[in-house]
Amino acid sequence: MEYIIIIISAIFVNNIVLAQFLGICPFLGVSSKIKTSLGMGGAVLFVMTLATIVTWLIMNYILMKFNIVFMQTIAYILVIAALVQMVEIILKKISPSLYQALGVFLPLITTNCAILGVAIMVIQKNYDLLQSVVFSIGTALGFTLALIILAGIREQLEKLPIPSGMKGVPVALVVAGILALAFMGFAGLV
Amino acid sequence: MAKKESTFLNMTLTLFVITAISALALASVYNLTKGPIENVKKQNLQNAIGVVVPDARKGNFDDFEQIVVKSSDGIGDITMYKVVVDNEFKGMAVKTFSMKGFGGIISVMVGFTPDGTIIDSDVLEHKETPGLGDKTSKNVSSWNEQFKGKNPDQFKLTVKKDGGDVDAITAATISSRAYCDALKRAYDTYINYLSANGQNSIENNVEPKDGGNK
Amino acid sequence: MNNWKNFTKGFIKENPVFVLVLGMCPTLGVTTSAINGLGMGLATTFVLFGSNVVISLVKNFIPDKVRIPSFIVIIASFVTIIDLSMSAYVPDLYKSLGLFIPLIVVNCIVLGRAEAFASKNTIISSAIDGLGMGLGFSFALTLLGALRELLGAYSLFGHKFINTDGILVFVLAPGAFLGLAYLIAIMKRINK
Repeated sequence: MEYIIIIISAIFVNNIVLAQFLGICPFLGVSSKIKTSLGMGGAVLFVMTLATIVTWLIMNYILMKFNIVFMQTIAYILVIAALVQMVEIILKKISPSLYQALGVFLPLITTNCAILGVAIMVIQKNYDLLQSVVFSIGTALGFTLALIILAGIREQLEKLPIPSGMKGVPVALVVAGILALAFMGFAGLV
Repeated sequence: MAKKESTFLNMTLTLFVITAISALALASVYNLTKGPIENVKKQNLQNAIGVVVPDARKGNFDDFEQIVVKSSDGIGDITMYKVVVDNEFKGMAVKTFSMKGFGGIISVMVGFTPDGTIIDSDVLEHKETPGLGDKTSKNVSSWNEQFKGKNPDQFKLTVKKDGGDVDAITAATISSRAYCDALKRAYDTYINYLSANGQNSIENNVEPKDGGNK
Repeated sequence: MNNWKNFTKGFIKENPVFVLVLGMCPTLGVTTSAINGLGMGLATTFVLFGSNVVISLVKNFIPDKVRIPSFIVIIASFVTIIDLSMSAYVPDLYKSLGLFIPLIVVNCIVLGRAEAFASKNTIISSAIDGLGMGLGFSFALTLLGALRELLGAYSLFGHKFINTDGILVFVLAPGAFLGLAYLIAIMKRINK
């Protein structure tokens, strides 16, 4: 039950993009097609879960043990960067088809603040390892959901006449704003 | 000056040196800021205790016993600060929480007299909506004054909509409910603690005896 | 006069937020009030300035292949320094900026300037570039924060003008998206 609450709250109530403003860059950057949104969502799900597990272990078994919590930011970002590289290499060797689907998104992920954000958040929330994993999966699903909805709307927007000043980023932001308004309706769900 | 070549030795050495230098730099900054950060935390805690149990200001904060117990419903830990001034049990500052806030967890500090009456309460941390749910905080509105001097034994800690005695904040019922939930949890935990540590700990205060409770 | 141009480009012409559309997360996340926007902007400026200077200083000692990891370590160090200092000396501001302070490390502007500018230019022009870009970022965040605070709470830098609740939606999440959308559109118009 507890895990269901964590998931629901991460997907809908505290949606990482629309309520917490993390991962906005890929949200605006790759959300023009539904297909690429799915690819990005998959890559984020994969890396976010992995990164959260690894950073959680590092935090609890290395940084806290040696009392060097102030190294958190450096350690985390290096781990995430290395992890993304490793995932890229391994994926290339093991599953070329999956690599083709996710490959182009992987380099973008290092600078996706949602990954680092979630890794820090699970420490702040004092989650144990399993809760952290569930939370990161829920968050990644929420990210994917927001991305797909926005992509769907943007595909339709292409057919509409939009004032030149609003084209591109501004109109995407307006759509995101309306989506955020809609997602506020989920508040108080859990 | 030419760029260094990317040999394996060069690369490892460079990364190692850079990381070592930044670790050293950070360690010194950490040591420099450690004192002030702890002071800020301590000050905040003392202010919070002082607000909910004003008598605490007359005593020495470092003397207050800190008691960590499981909350009455077992979903988290609650920290209580036993305010004892001149050997007299003045009240208990209870740091409680609710998971049911609009934006997640709300952390509340509430002070009880020895018989369980609420002295005062205030929000420590919250993620409620600015302009609506944040009215639960003292520095935003006077909403939480209504709990002052009420004993949850007679005063039902639920909003009127749910059949209780609490006036909810307009358009922020969820935040109001969460605040009540936090107070209720604090009260139940406090009462449990009192009964577990001898029923007489309440009477102890009225007529202080030596070594009665603990 | 080249330095002057280098310094001012971050404000309007190459404004990191309005024109380059970088660093969106803190831009949207912390601008519930003008003071939050300004605080976040200045923290980022410190990191930008520091990392730009250090990187242009050590650029020749760093082999090409470990360039990015080295830059990241340098940037992360500055981020940790500002993180610790803020929590010690401006705890209230630190509390309201929260998670977004450590996240400066993944702000694309910082790594972007390190890679595109500081790794190729002299210390002085890198310092000016970092300062200019940082202040341009601060300008954008303060502007958005002021707009949202003005509409959402009828106040500016904490001074209340009308003593009622504002148009709340502007301090909430949707207001961030809408406010930024219109500011970008207006800036596009000005730059034309």
